[in-house]
Amino acid sequence: MSALHILVFPGLLFLALYALALQFVDRKVYARLQNRKGPPWFQPAADFVKLLGKETIVPNEANHFVFTALPVFALAAVTTAFLYVPIWGTSSALPFPGDVVVMMYLLAIIPLTFFLAGWNSSSMYAAIGSQRVLTQLFAYEVPLFMAILGPALLADTWSLSGIAAFYAQHPPMALLNLPGFGVALLATQGKLERVPFDTPEAETEIVAGAFTEYGGRLYAIFRLAVDMETVVLLGIMSVVFVPLFAGNPFLGFLIFLVKTLVMLFVLSVIKAVTARLRIEQMVRFCWMVLVPLSLGQLLIDLVAKGLME
Amino acid sequence: MAKVVIPLGPQHPALKEPANFALSLDGERIIGAAVNLGYNHRGIEKACESRTFLQDVYLIERICGICSHSHSTAFINAVEEVAGAPAPKRAQWIRTLVAELERLHSHLLWLGVAGHELGFDTLFMYSWRDRELVLDLLALLTGNRVNYGINKLGGVRRDITKDDVEKIRPVVDALEERTKYYIDLVTTESTLAARMLDVGRLCHEDALTYGASGPVARAAAVDKDTRRDDPYSAYGEIPFDVITDDHADVYGRAVVRVKELLESCKIIRYVMDNLPEGPLEVKFPRKVPAGEAISRYEAPRGEDVHYVKCNGTDMPERVKVRAPTLANAASVALMLQGGFLADVPIVIAAIDPCFSCTDRMVAVKDENSGAEGVMDWESLRRYSIEWYMERGVSFENIQSERDS
Repeated sequence: MSALHILVFPGLLFLALYALALQFVDRKVYARLQNRKGPPWFQPAADFVKLLGKETIVPNEANHFVFTALPVFALAAVTTAFLYVPIWGTSSALPFPGDVVVMMYLLAIIPLTFFLAGWNSSSMYAAIGSQRVLTQLFAYEVPLFMAILGPALLADTWSLSGIAAFYAQHPPMALLNLPGFGVALLATQGKLERVPFDTPEAETEIVAGAFTEYGGRLYAIFRLAVDMETVVLLGIMSVVFVPLFAGNPFLGFLIFLVKTLVMLFVLSVIKAVTARLRIEQMVRFCWMVLVPLSLGQLLIDLVAKGLME
Repeated sequence: MAKVVIPLGPQHPALKEPANFALSLDGERIIGAAVNLGYNHRGIEKACESRTFLQDVYLIERICGICSHSHSTAFINAVEEVAGAPAPKRAQWIRTLVAELERLHSHLLWLGVAGHELGFDTLFMYSWRDRELVLDLLALLTGNRVNYGINKLGGVRRDITKDDVEKIRPVVDALEERTKYYIDLVTTESTLAARMLDVGRLCHEDALTYGASGPVARAAAVDKDTRRDDPYSAYGEIPFDVITDDHADVYGRAVVRVKELLESCKIIRYVMDNLPEGPLEVKFPRKVPAGEAISRYEAPRGEDVHYVKCNGTDMPERVKVRAPTLANAASVALMLQGGFLADVPIVIAAIDPCFSCTDRMVAVKDENSGAEGVMDWESLRRYSIEWYMERGVSFENIQSERDS
């Protein structure tokens, strides 16, 4: 049963397919908002397959093992994290108390692999890109974690499945978490390095940032990991902030799809209507706006918890 | 982080044409910048000397793919002045109409490029879509979308009929609506403003010292516009305002450009309403008498200067083109100084550079002896290998593969 969970559903295979599907939706929505036609539905898969067939070039000065292993680390981290996201109801594939923290830790590994990938590439553009990845990490990670911490405190559990179960029983409670929802959405945009927070891979400034020297299979795996990260983050937010669950696993799964698609739509709109911020503007925004908001969220949840008892 | 020198270009996604900007960085801060042009020399000036005036018009029009009408009009104005055969009034007005349509499409193109450099691709898609309207109009009026070919010595090739005018009007109205939207967007969108305000500053005095021209100068409150100061074509008879702004940064340049779109719409309407009747061309002599002339032209990117020297034959003796980018390129290093690496693409884009129009011959000069010389291919190759060797890049492997 575990092998099935890890490899097929909800693990690697489903995650990969859904990640590509979300990439398509994102690109299509983005294109339609820009007055363009957008790609056909199979484009993400076609891009992936094409990248797989391309030559893999490893820079002479880079450590060969590290260079080739990092994409796999990123993929492994994100796939593992997905196992703790409840997608067909209120329980995930392998729930255990404290999986929220483990999941946030696993998701923090991904930017670290980006950083190391860029640093190891020994290219100047990649080095600047990795520097920005780390700078940005310290900006969005805190508000994102605190935004999820608040609802978890209210639910009095450190397990995502526990949070889901709590809000399934008390849906109105989720209204208290609206500021945190906003913070989480914006921080997610930063974590996924999307406009306006795509500074680490700003094409017109530093080519492809940390990924400048990556190509072929290794780059394909990195891209897939980013798309999967999108699914995981949207999944977490759908559980923590949107208290819509169903007892029926099939219906629950459909609700999960709808919730993630709607949130992805919001992220795509943000991407379409903003310009890229500079790194220092991004950091300032996160610490001056998102962090106070998430602190406020924490306060709301603490007070609500006190009143409940 | 220690100081690093990062090369932006000659090949870089932010640049549409090869040029090199050597940036000394302290973290994300730029502490020094050097502009190196010269990757696009095409020898157009020299080529003009071995072609007849008629052929030169064709060649000059291809100096730039965006402001092609600017270059050909500037050249033709100079030649017409030497020949003493100015184009008739109606032709001048038609030239003005095409020139303003060209300004519309050039500024819309710039707006899109600026959006792209700032990671705001939606603006890029929007403005380039609107630009298609102008290009379609130009195709309708002149037969071509880019190198219009409407200019000829002594007049224009095509007339603008009443029918055409009726087709232009609704498009200009639509564009005016869109322009108002862009003005609103540029002045109110918060992320755009955050990226453009106080970026790439070039104060009024520096703009004058470095000889900036066009929207770059006007954004620094330099009230300078050749269309008004030294009228050519029909500009002397057309009322319009010169747009200036005192922000003196990228924001100011964007505001000047979008507001100029409105002025262009105004000029186009005026030309359509007051198009004088009359012949389209005068008979132009095949051989132009000896003499020289300088012609100034307000291209969308700034002042374009053409110098033509004629020697009584059907070919010019010397043609000199000073594209607007040359006037503005010098100030880029100053604008970049003290800024952020993230701002480099937009600061460069904000002068609306056109490097291939700008590049002229580069003379190789020995720094020590002052001797000038010509490098042949072999010595140039050796020099480049040594240059890279000094910087730690070795081509030994490549060479051995070549020899084996």
